[in-house]
Amino acid sequence: MPSSHVCPRYAYRRPAALDGPGRAEDARVVVVGGGVVGLTLALDLARRGVASVLLDEDDTVSVGSRAICWAKRTLEIYDRLGLGQRFLEKGVTWNTGRVFFRDAEAYSFDLLPEQGHAYPAFVNLQQYYVEEWLVEACAATGLVDLRWRNRAAAIENRPDGPLLTVETPDGAYSLRAGWLLACDGARSGIRQALGLPFVGQVFRDRFLIADVRMDLPYPAERRFWFDPPFHPGKTVLLHRQADGEWRMDFQLDADSDPEAERRPERVEARLRAMLGPDVPVGIGWASVYTFRCRRLERFRHGRTFFVGDSAHQVSPFGARGGNSGVQDADNLGWKLAAVLEGGAPEPLLDSYDAERGPAADENILHSSRSTDFITPKSGAALAYRDAVLELAETHALARPLVNSGRLSRPTVLAGSPLSTPDGGAPPAALPTGSPPVDAPVLRDGRPDWLLRHLNTGGRFTLLAFDETGLRAPPAPPGVDLVVVAEREAAPGHLPGVLVDHSGLAARRWGCVPGEALLLRPDGHVAAGFRAPTPEAVRSAHARALGNAVAAAAA
Amino acid sequence: MTVLRTEPRLADPDGFYAALMEAHRDLDEAASRRLDARLVILLANHIGDDAVLREAIALARAAGGGGAAPDAER
Repeated sequence: MPSSHVCPRYAYRRPAALDGPGRAEDARVVVVGGGVVGLTLALDLARRGVASVLLDEDDTVSVGSRAICWAKRTLEIYDRLGLGQRFLEKGVTWNTGRVFFRDAEAYSFDLLPEQGHAYPAFVNLQQYYVEEWLVEACAATGLVDLRWRNRAAAIENRPDGPLLTVETPDGAYSLRAGWLLACDGARSGIRQALGLPFVGQVFRDRFLIADVRMDLPYPAERRFWFDPPFHPGKTVLLHRQADGEWRMDFQLDADSDPEAERRPERVEARLRAMLGPDVPVGIGWASVYTFRCRRLERFRHGRTFFVGDSAHQVSPFGARGGNSGVQDADNLGWKLAAVLEGGAPEPLLDSYDAERGPAADENILHSSRSTDFITPKSGAALAYRDAVLELAETHALARPLVNSGRLSRPTVLAGSPLSTPDGGAPPAALPTGSPPVDAPVLRDGRPDWLLRHLNTGGRFTLLAFDETGLRAPPAPPGVDLVVVAEREAAPGHLPGVLVDHSGLAARRWGCVPGEALLLRPDGHVAAGFRAPTPEAVRSAHARALGNAVAAAAA
Repeated sequence: MTVLRTEPRLADPDGFYAALMEAHRDLDEAASRRLDARLVILLANHIGDDAVLREAIALARAAGGGGAAPDAER
């Protein structure tokens, strides 16, 4: 019963530059790495009208499931990119985590206890599906030049853009990149070629990860065991994926032999201990890993940007690797498009590092703390870990201390240079830098979701709250107006107005009629207005586009 | 700006001490350690004030002659 999934092979095409003068070529934007992050960024740019060349040294998608837990914010980003529904249809939706200690359940938690969101807390789906869909979607735009078996072998960082040497099966060519987006993973060749230190904490513990096809009577939940009878003294993590496949993660001894541990008979023995002799299992991809929590000091180096794992690396507990990489892409895409197509000043791009650097620190902090709880490093650490778990079963007070992974949530970009200080903001509104929140609405009498109508076309949105939608503040050029009304004055009297029939939109965004928020193209709050005036909105818009001087003068 | 109360406050110190020792009776080293840990967690939750708890951690560490914790900022 091996995995049913067959990785596609993408056709290599001989690059024209190999036959051109000087075997050299110019490209405005080059993405290195055709994994989830590189493909997402290329697709995001294409949706904003920006063409790119994407280089990948291989000709297929990821082998094995790899990143599987796609968080709500990531799903919302993919909804904007046109792929969200496919996650819901193909993937496994889950909201509940269940924690076991020894032979009993310690407690469970619901990651999305409230209703009224288009997307759940998480969808589990093997990474290769996501990459396949992204490749299809990139190709369909006609703006992403996908170059398989094109390896960025050398880089020279010049003031006017990096010069790459690209190797192909037919030889090498030079590629001068106006902008280079290094999405080439934790072992980033671009990062190494530039000699940039990638520093942080090393964890010695080894983990066995495997994709297993089997019929298990478990619901779609995250299940985590501390010190279970079938794997004493260690932890086990179980996730359900698409196609009746499960993801197993067994903690191993730090000095265990990776080659021996990933052999199918060895993996099967561990599964038999857990499930008994009768459950048929089909073991697919298996791997033994260790991990580090580390980051680059800066994510921008001239005209080269590091995005996703090439910039920062975390432990897998908490699903913060893939999800933070997608948020990086979401953060950089609109800024690069604004500079290349919209006349925004180039320093806008510095805000990528200013915003995503602290986000990486937040993810690394959570990830390191989870790892310390999961793998105690001393007798005291073990005693406290077990004490917390012993109390958790009967005493709610101990449950917040149980840390089997703090699951990915979008980062609030607090202190962003693009945000307008909260002086004139509504007192209860989401603070500046907050990610957008969904709510059910009625549009022309039909149920709809608020997030579907924000930042369409990749633009800024002035999100205005009103009683009936008749009063609407003016939106300056480049800003779309979206009005959320408490109620309709008469059925169908204002087509396109979003009616907040449940009151959840106003409550979640913290706004009352008359108030408004300026949202960036990635949906994060740039500014809030108790009484939006054209000048205030224009000024906040200019500031969010990096025109700090213009904002000060306005 | 001391927030941790450090003046003697126990009405029956000997009784409290005896109860603590009694709780540890017949436990091996590991079980004793877990008991103490459970106790710390219960009391910490009761106190519920982060500043008080951090001060107590620092004071406990210093009283043992260990100096400041090397990774107190983590």
